[in-house]
Amino acid sequence: MSDIQPIVMPKWGLAMEEGALTSWLVESGSEIAKGQEIAEIETSKLANVFESPASGTLRRLVAKEGDVLPVGALLAVLAPPAVSDADIDSFVAGFVVEAPADAEAAGAPVERKLERGGRTLVFKAAGLQNEATPVVLIHGFGGDSDNWLFNIDELAKSRPVYAVDLPGHGKSSKTLATGDLGELAQAVADLIDEVGAGKVHLVGHSLGGAVAFQILRDRPERVASVAGIAPIGLGDRVNADFVEGFIAAQKRKDVKAALELLLSDPDLVSSQMIEGVLRFKRIEGAKEALRAIADRNLPAGRQTASFRDLVEQDRVPVMIVRGERDTILDPAAAQGLPSSVEVVRVENAGHMPHMEAASTVNSKLAGHFDAADRR
Amino acid sequence: MSKKSYREAIREAIAGEMRRDPRVIVMGEDNAGGAGAPGENDAWGGVLGVTKGLQPEFGADRVLDTPITESAFIGAAAGAAATGLRPVAELMFVDFMGVCFDQIFNQAAKFRYMFGGKAVTPLVIRTMYGAGFRAASQHSQCLYPIFTHIPGLKVVLPSSAYEAKGLMIEAIRDDDPVIFFEHKLMYDDTGDVPDESYTIPFGEANITREGKDATVVAFGRMVSFANQVADELKREGVGVTVIDPRTTSPLDTETILDSVAETGRLVVVDESHPRCSMAADIARLVAEEAFSDLKAPIKTVTAPHTPVPFSPALEDIYIPTPAKVRDAVLAVTRGRAR
Repeated sequence: MSDIQPIVMPKWGLAMEEGALTSWLVESGSEIAKGQEIAEIETSKLANVFESPASGTLRRLVAKEGDVLPVGALLAVLAPPAVSDADIDSFVAGFVVEAPADAEAAGAPVERKLERGGRTLVFKAAGLQNEATPVVLIHGFGGDSDNWLFNIDELAKSRPVYAVDLPGHGKSSKTLATGDLGELAQAVADLIDEVGAGKVHLVGHSLGGAVAFQILRDRPERVASVAGIAPIGLGDRVNADFVEGFIAAQKRKDVKAALELLLSDPDLVSSQMIEGVLRFKRIEGAKEALRAIADRNLPAGRQTASFRDLVEQDRVPVMIVRGERDTILDPAAAQGLPSSVEVVRVENAGHMPHMEAASTVNSKLAGHFDAADRR
Repeated sequence: MSKKSYREAIREAIAGEMRRDPRVIVMGEDNAGGAGAPGENDAWGGVLGVTKGLQPEFGADRVLDTPITESAFIGAAAGAAATGLRPVAELMFVDFMGVCFDQIFNQAAKFRYMFGGKAVTPLVIRTMYGAGFRAASQHSQCLYPIFTHIPGLKVVLPSSAYEAKGLMIEAIRDDDPVIFFEHKLMYDDTGDVPDESYTIPFGEANITREGKDATVVAFGRMVSFANQVADELKREGVGVTVIDPRTTSPLDTETILDSVAETGRLVVVDESHPRCSMAADIARLVAEEAFSDLKAPIKTVTAPHTPVPFSPALEDIYIPTPAKVRDAVLAVTRGRAR
């Protein structure tokens, strides 16, 4: 019986309680590999492909297409061919959905606040029971810590993970001094000090990548490695239609058009995602904060910061992840980097490979952190 | 961000705007709660406690108790708005609005028009509506269609605590008279409400559920019923889009028509009486503008054309329920191509 592995409904984000299995992408009896896309799952907030958490022979598809099931419910069963059908039957019959454990004890993300100079920085913390060098996740322009919902739990299995809401974003204060990279980097540095981490692995997406590079430049002694996911700072251009469209968008339709530019599959943009962005943009000061950050860092379709020289200095291990279908930043910008930089190209992803191909990106990140720790 | 009730969300919106703008004042029956009578300050905060705490913070000059004379204090509020203040007047139950129709329909709603755009009337009238409170026919009506009928008024029906705060701040900052409908059974409903100030624009519907088989347009408290039905039917393979228009005037017709173009089926859920209701209005809109998109007759779910009964058993039958919404969705989606 111990060879039988359940595949259960994943929990994507703090609020997810149940999900709908929209379709199976694999058949009963097939061999599946960890990270393989096996199903499409939809929650009230988003739809995404579900990548298998384990490898093995798929002996039983328990959930049917269209089923709406709670987090932790049995979706399928993996077992070697030697295990009898009867054993699988009794495993399925005896399967009990585990009650959601106490979030913090289970290492699930908890929200924390940091007050500095009258401003609040909000971040999520997870995996605090782990000893390894911590990871700090820095979202991009207009995003928030929820952008890491497919990554945070996986990375927190072996390391403490902190996901920040940058100044002007998410639940952090919307007032900015200038909105330049120095200010954003200082806020993340305050977080690193607050949690008492000596060195950290920085993971930055898009503008967050530039923030990570800025911290490496300003405070190299605190940085164990940098992973840039479609980072700003390696090329010259940025899609101004997205930046300006995102700032200007006040109506659902306009937000939808902007969000569709981010993903290789525009059908993944749900009404709940759109309302989530609108909820952020409605907050007093949010639009002004976006404007200030864009004016400083992404004016008129240009990237003002360049970190190529820094990356070429090879101070710490650097990995760059690029979606080949990115329409926000040209994927070609990651070309011509020195061989010390590991470049990961993700074929079917747009500007958000950490959401669109989470399993691939998670395992690349884990390998990158481990290699950096050994260096 | 924290969990707050519908009541707290409304109070937080008013208090925030009173701090921000000294022209914002609150007036109504028992709003200050016996202010002036020794030992009785802030005793009530309105009949269901929404304005509790405002009088101690902002004082008797900005939180006024009024006599039980709606015609007088709604008229005073309209005049105060036209002459520079931004009053938030509480007219306890919308059922009592009849005595001040002239002040609302003929004065407040018309000032901007009659004075060639030179006058504005930044007035908010908060009022309770809805059945289910065992309060009988004179305290339970859903009279928002009457106000929607009058050009010059804006009519708001928040469907959750989050919506209530953002729509109230928008209402107070708006330069036209706004009738703000609070369902009396929703005051203890809780939800995530940001601590910060935010506004939700009028005339922009929210899509609270997405599905391909039918469109349900629901108002105020009925939105939660429609969401519940959409979640249930999703498990049974029927996809339901739920639209919360947020405001009946202005009305976001585009979102409704776009959705019906996709689904071809419409159910409107409206707690008011069926005649001249929002249900009738939306059905008219879709029949006129999108007839060729329809794959099934439009269904409406409303209360009947009777006074709200005092008998609890009859009142429960009177109010639209999730079961009635479900039946209507199943009726329009029966025989659909899968």
